[in-house]
Amino acid sequence: MSWFKQILPSRNKTNGSTRRTVPEGIWTKCHVCQAVLYRAELERNNEVCPKCGHHMRISARVRLESFLDEDNREEIGADVKPVDILKFRDGKRYKDRLNQAQRKTGEDDAMVVMSGTLKGLPVVACAFEFGFMGGSMGSVVGERFVRGVETAIELNASLICFSTSGGARMQEALFSLMQMAKTSAAIAVLRNYKLPYISVLADPTMGGVSASLASLGDINIAEPNALIGFAGPRVIEQTVRETLPAGFQRSEFLLEHGDIDMIVDRRQLRDRISKLLSILTHRSVTA
Amino acid sequence: MNFLDFEQPIAELEAKIEELKHVGNDKEINITEEITRLKKRSRELTKSIFSVLTPWQVSQIARHPQRPYTLDYIDRIFTDFEELHGERYFADDPAIIAGVARLDGKPVAVIGHQKGRDTRDRIKQNYGMPKPEGYRKALRIMQLAERFNLPVLTFIDTPGAYPGIDAEERGQSEAIARNLMVMSELKTPIIATVIGEGGSGGALAIGVADCLLMLQYSTYSVISPEGCASILWKSADNAKEAAKAMGITAQRLHELKLIDRIIEEPLGGAHRSFDDMANKLKLALVEELEQLRSMPTPEVVLQRQNKFRQIGEFKQ
Repeated sequence: MSWFKQILPSRNKTNGSTRRTVPEGIWTKCHVCQAVLYRAELERNNEVCPKCGHHMRISARVRLESFLDEDNREEIGADVKPVDILKFRDGKRYKDRLNQAQRKTGEDDAMVVMSGTLKGLPVVACAFEFGFMGGSMGSVVGERFVRGVETAIELNASLICFSTSGGARMQEALFSLMQMAKTSAAIAVLRNYKLPYISVLADPTMGGVSASLASLGDINIAEPNALIGFAGPRVIEQTVRETLPAGFQRSEFLLEHGDIDMIVDRRQLRDRISKLLSILTHRSVTA
Repeated sequence: MNFLDFEQPIAELEAKIEELKHVGNDKEINITEEITRLKKRSRELTKSIFSVLTPWQVSQIARHPQRPYTLDYIDRIFTDFEELHGERYFADDPAIIAGVARLDGKPVAVIGHQKGRDTRDRIKQNYGMPKPEGYRKALRIMQLAERFNLPVLTFIDTPGAYPGIDAEERGQSEAIARNLMVMSELKTPIIATVIGEGGSGGALAIGVADCLLMLQYSTYSVISPEGCASILWKSADNAKEAAKAMGITAQRLHELKLIDRIIEEPLGGAHRSFDDMANKLKLALVEELEQLRSMPTPEVVLQRQNKFRQIGEFKQ
C-alpha cells in the first residue's frame, strides 16, 4: 500500500472487489450488463435479466416450480440420500462438503425430480441443482434420474431434464462414472416405450453429464449462451495450446455444429416444450 | 527393460546379474551359481515390492511405456483378425482399433484403445485418446456384431477421450453418450477388459459390458489422479493422495463390487511377459464368454440392464 493510501481515513478507501454496492436481498446486479435489478422482479422473470436477457443460474426447485403446472406436482426420489461410501477426503471430508452443500442449497443432493403436468400434459421433470457441488452427478443424482424415468414409464408421461452440471462427482469416484451408464441405459428403456425425452441444457453442462443423459434427448434444447461441452475450455487450451475460437462451446456454436435442435429463452420454455410434446404425443394442451 | 522409481532396487540387482553374465563369458570361474542366487533374490525382491504397491505406483505400472497394448493382445489371443476402419461419416480414428476375429475358433468382434509404442505411433494414435469418430467406429462395429451374432470383446486403455477443439466440434459428448445407451441394450454378449489405463468417460464409452475384467495392475477412474488432485487439492503434485482417495485399483474396485474379475499379472507386471499375460487373459475371456453364451441373449441383455440399474450407493 502506498504511503498516500495509508494516511487516508478508512472510509475513503474503496476496494471494488470487496465493497458491496448493492445490499443483498432486495437488489441484485446483472454481471453481464451491470444493471441493478429489483430482486423480486428478477424472480418473476425466471432469473433472466430484463435489461440484457442474460440467463442467470436458477435453483432446481424454483426451476421446476416455475416450469410445471401448479397443481399435481409430486416429488420423486426425495428419500434417496447421499452416503460417503469411499470415506473420501481431500483437504476436506466429502461428508463435510455434503453437509455444507445441504445447508447452502436446502437440497439433499444435486438433483430434484417431480412428476406433474405441463399445460395438462403428463410429464416427469428433472433438474440439476448447480449450487450443490457444481451440480455434480453421483449415485443420488443417477438414482433419482432413473426413478424419474421409471415414473414416466409408469404414468405414460414425457420426460424433461434440465441439466446444469460440471460433470461427474469426483468424491464418488467410479460410482459416479457408472452413473453415466446407468442413466443412459434408462433412456434406452424409455425410448422403447416411445415416450419423448426433452433435454434442456443450461449453463454449464459439461463432462460426464454432457456425455450421457444431457446429450441423449429426442430433442436437445439449450438456453442462450450456455457453456456446453465434454472437456472444459481450460483443459482444451492446455492440451492444444491454441486460443479457443470466440463463442466456442456456447449454445450458438452447438446449434451451428448440429448438436442441439434449438436455443430457447427460459421464459418461453413452457410454451415451446408443451407445443413440441403435444405434437410428439398426439395430445392437446389445456390453456 | 525400463524400471520405475520404486523398482530401483530390482534394477540394480538386474544390472549386477547382467554384469556377471559378461564376466562369466570372459573368465573360467564358474559363476552360474552366483547368477542363479541373484536371480532368485531379484524375484523375491520383486515379489515383496509388488505385494505392497500403493495405488499411485499401480497407476504408473498401468501407464508403463512397455506395457502390452490392445494390438499386442490381439496378436496373441485371436486368430483371423481383420481390422475394419472408419465410421462412414468423417474419418478413421487410429486411437481405436476395431475388427472381427476368432477366439478359440469362434467368431467375435474386437474393439480396443490403442496407444503408440514409439513417438510416431503415439502421435498417430493420439496417445490412445479417441475423437468422436473413434467412438462412432466402435459403435458401428458393435452394431455389426449384433447383427451377425458376434460377442463383443473390448480392451480399455486410454487416458480419456481427446479434449480438443475438433473433437468438441464433432460432438465428443454425443458420441460417448450414444455408445453408453446403445451398449446397454446391445443384443449380444459384451466383455470389457481394462488392460492399462481406464480413463473416465473415454474408457466407459467402450466399457458398458456384461462382464468387466481388470488386469491386476490396471486402473479405472472417473478422472486421472493428476486431474483430480489439481481440482480438489489445487495441485497435480497431490496425485498420490488422489489415487488413493479415489480407489482406482482392480483390488479396490473388486471390493466395491464395481468390477467382476481380476486377471493376475506376471511377476513384475504385464510388460515382463506379454505371452504369459495374453495367455492368462485369453483363458479368462474364453471362460467368461462360455458362460455368457450359455444364456439366451434376451436374458443376457436383461441381466446387463439390471446390473447397471443397481450401480450406486445411497441411503433411503
